[in-house]
Amino acid sequence: MLDVLVIGGGNAALCAALTAREAGASVMLLESAPKPWRGGNSPHTRNIRCMHDGPQDVLVDSYPEEEYWQDLLKVTAGRTDETLARVAIRASSTCRDWMRRHGVHFQAPLSGTLHLARTNAFFMGGGKALVNAYCRSAEALGVRIRYGAHVHALELADGRFVAARIGTDRIEARACVLAAGGFESNREWLDEAWGTNERGERPAQNFLIRGTRFNTGVLLRFMLDAGAERIGDPTQAHMVAIDARAPLYDGGICTRIDCVSLGVVVNREGERFYDEGEDFWPKRYAIWGRLVAAQPGQIAWSIIDSKAIGRFMPPVFDGTRADSLPELARSLGLPEEAFLATLAHYNAACRAGTFDHTALDDCATEGVVPAKTHWARPIDTPPYFGYAVRPGVTFTYLGLKVNERAAVHFGGAPSGNLFTAGEMMAGNILGQGYTAGVGMTIGTAFGRIAGSGAAAAALGGQHRAAA
Amino acid sequence: MQRLEALIAEASSLAGDEAEAARQLQICNACRYCEGFCAVFPAMTRRLEFGRADIHYLANLCHNCGACLHACQYAPPHEFAVSLPRAMARVRGKTYVDYAWPESLGALYHRNGLTIALLLATSLAAFLALAASRTGQLVGRPLAGDFYAVFPHGLLAATFGIVFAFACLALAIGVTRFWRDLAAGRASAPALGEATASVLDLRFLGGGHGRGCNDEDDAFTLRRRRFHHLTFYGFMLCFAATCVATLYHYVLGERAPYPMLSLPVLLGTIGGIGLLAGPAGLLWLNLRRDPAHREDSQNAMDRGFIALLFLASATGLALLAWRDSGAMALWLAIHLGVVMALFLTLPYGKFAHGVFRSAALLKWAIEKRVPANLKLSED
Repeated sequence: MLDVLVIGGGNAALCAALTAREAGASVMLLESAPKPWRGGNSPHTRNIRCMHDGPQDVLVDSYPEEEYWQDLLKVTAGRTDETLARVAIRASSTCRDWMRRHGVHFQAPLSGTLHLARTNAFFMGGGKALVNAYCRSAEALGVRIRYGAHVHALELADGRFVAARIGTDRIEARACVLAAGGFESNREWLDEAWGTNERGERPAQNFLIRGTRFNTGVLLRFMLDAGAERIGDPTQAHMVAIDARAPLYDGGICTRIDCVSLGVVVNREGERFYDEGEDFWPKRYAIWGRLVAAQPGQIAWSIIDSKAIGRFMPPVFDGTRADSLPELARSLGLPEEAFLATLAHYNAACRAGTFDHTALDDCATEGVVPAKTHWARPIDTPPYFGYAVRPGVTFTYLGLKVNERAAVHFGGAPSGNLFTAGEMMAGNILGQGYTAGVGMTIGTAFGRIAGSGAAAAALGGQHRAAA
Repeated sequence: MQRLEALIAEASSLAGDEAEAARQLQICNACRYCEGFCAVFPAMTRRLEFGRADIHYLANLCHNCGACLHACQYAPPHEFAVSLPRAMARVRGKTYVDYAWPESLGALYHRNGLTIALLLATSLAAFLALAASRTGQLVGRPLAGDFYAVFPHGLLAATFGIVFAFACLALAIGVTRFWRDLAAGRASAPALGEATASVLDLRFLGGGHGRGCNDEDDAFTLRRRRFHHLTFYGFMLCFAATCVATLYHYVLGERAPYPMLSLPVLLGTIGGIGLLAGPAGLLWLNLRRDPAHREDSQNAMDRGFIALLFLASATGLALLAWRDSGAMALWLAIHLGVVMALFLTLPYGKFAHGVFRSAALLKWAIEKRVPANLKLSED
């Protein structure tokens, strides 16, 4: 019989498979996607947030455990689990040599990401290169990988894993790791979770899925129905504002719109609704998905003038361009009068200051609601550009409750041979919010913990059977 | 703003392979995950728009290592269908044609394939063999390695000299026009040194991490870099052998054949072995190449050049081996035919990649020393 079955094919699944194999277990990995789409959301990632007490190859200065924890506490507004968070944080300080051994290469931060030089180690070539390296290493070690393997159900007995079912196929194993992702590409589930808002809209119907099209949450649903303990709120997710023209799935990094803090953002009524200059964009991009989700029609428009050109990461699609604000309103299909009034109030409220996009500068508005507290400059220099944005869901936080051994829980008790890692349990640590690279920290730490736990459960059981 | 308008007008006027490369580069520039692999991506991030000159510059900076394709979250089957190695290869094909001198011969790139190369080499060899047989010297009588008893030295020096000089001139004019369009500015000594090093050590076939580039799959290997080194340095040693022999002839007054342990023969033999192993390896890799980053329309050009290099070396070594036999004149005719075919196709075939890539590498070495004028907010 197989020792360890890993269900899922992303970073957490691969870390679990590699670790279990290194511990001497026979391992099979079931990836539901066909090979060209393998890796879940990991191909869309680019770095891992790492604790370190001094400079380490590509990481500068230090990023101590306490600071990492405080950052996590802040972005989740306390909706986290300190014990599990600290397990992941500590693991992040030692995992990179292991990652290198399995073929991952690190590099200095990409252009436009110097703010992450201290905290995040970038994968050379991004997450797909990491997935390629892990798959290659796994196969070299003898892990069997099956693609297009849709597990739709498990056989469980007394809180223990018995077998997985793929159609009429039945795969038994002594232990199992579930790392099959969230449910972000299950649009019915998203719709059910978000329900109807106060305007009578079904907001989730206007969401785009920035992540993989293969995370339909089949196993997550199965496990919740089977009585596994749940964690998290189904509406919480990694959610950013992305170009409304992005493809429905797999838009990934390039669909983000990074000019929000350089201009204003208006909704369908032509009105501003949030402080665009509240903080540095890298600290604020993760809230704008939900902000836009709360607007009528779940759409908004980022408006800039030519002063902003060359100051933000170039967007994947050209913006709508106009030589005057009325023309821009018409081109974007916004109510002209309301839009012009919003821009006129905003422009008049901009206090003269010294513009500095690298600091929290003194360019703020006075007497307009909502205020723009930094980088507020009148939008008055043609040509003007507008980008329509919609909420883009990268991954959902609803998941399975775990302990520090990554064990799935039934009725308050941890399973002896069923473990979970990655997005299926990230909600234990991420109750809401996000900070760059923490998804990979959780996936790598708990993937390895789950893999080693599954190997121990499988091999320990074997020894007992032999004795 | 006028410059921006001009760039936009230029970018939107692109068509075909250039427009496709510009489309893909706009996606890459919004993603940037591949920045560590090579110079193409850091050069790309210094731009917001991609005009014709930018596209030809980046295309020739690309070494077609394949790393960015295997790492690409937007590669097919994704609907963005990003396949930069192939898009760049197509633009390079256009660079060679567009900058060819004389322009009317640019079309030869499309026809310069394996068949043409072999036909040309065969017919030239046959012609030379026929010429030698007319004077009764093709087979039979050993000539003690005296090549000039078959073809007079002056005749060889003049014909090969003229063809080689034309090849150099044509390539020089082409790359000068290319350089003018790149508007690179002046090269400082460090820039020149860095570009030279990049050409000589092929660092951009190292993958950024030194583990190499991709051949038939996503594994990194140093095979292409090493076979290219064998080819390039083998070629240079053979070239050096010819130069040294020329010096011997005119300066020292020593006529060929030279002894086995003489400098020209040693250089030629070592170079020749490199020029056998290198092209053979490159052809092997070319045939096994992942179809996703192999540009099939250029297979013929690549393989034609590889074949001529291999044959030039093989026939040269054969000539050395049998120079004291009765077959010397025949081998000489074959070798000269192949070398003449190589020289004739030099400016209108794969050889051009080295010249244009060197120019692009020099531009990058100059450009990277100038502060970028973009002020991306995240920095």
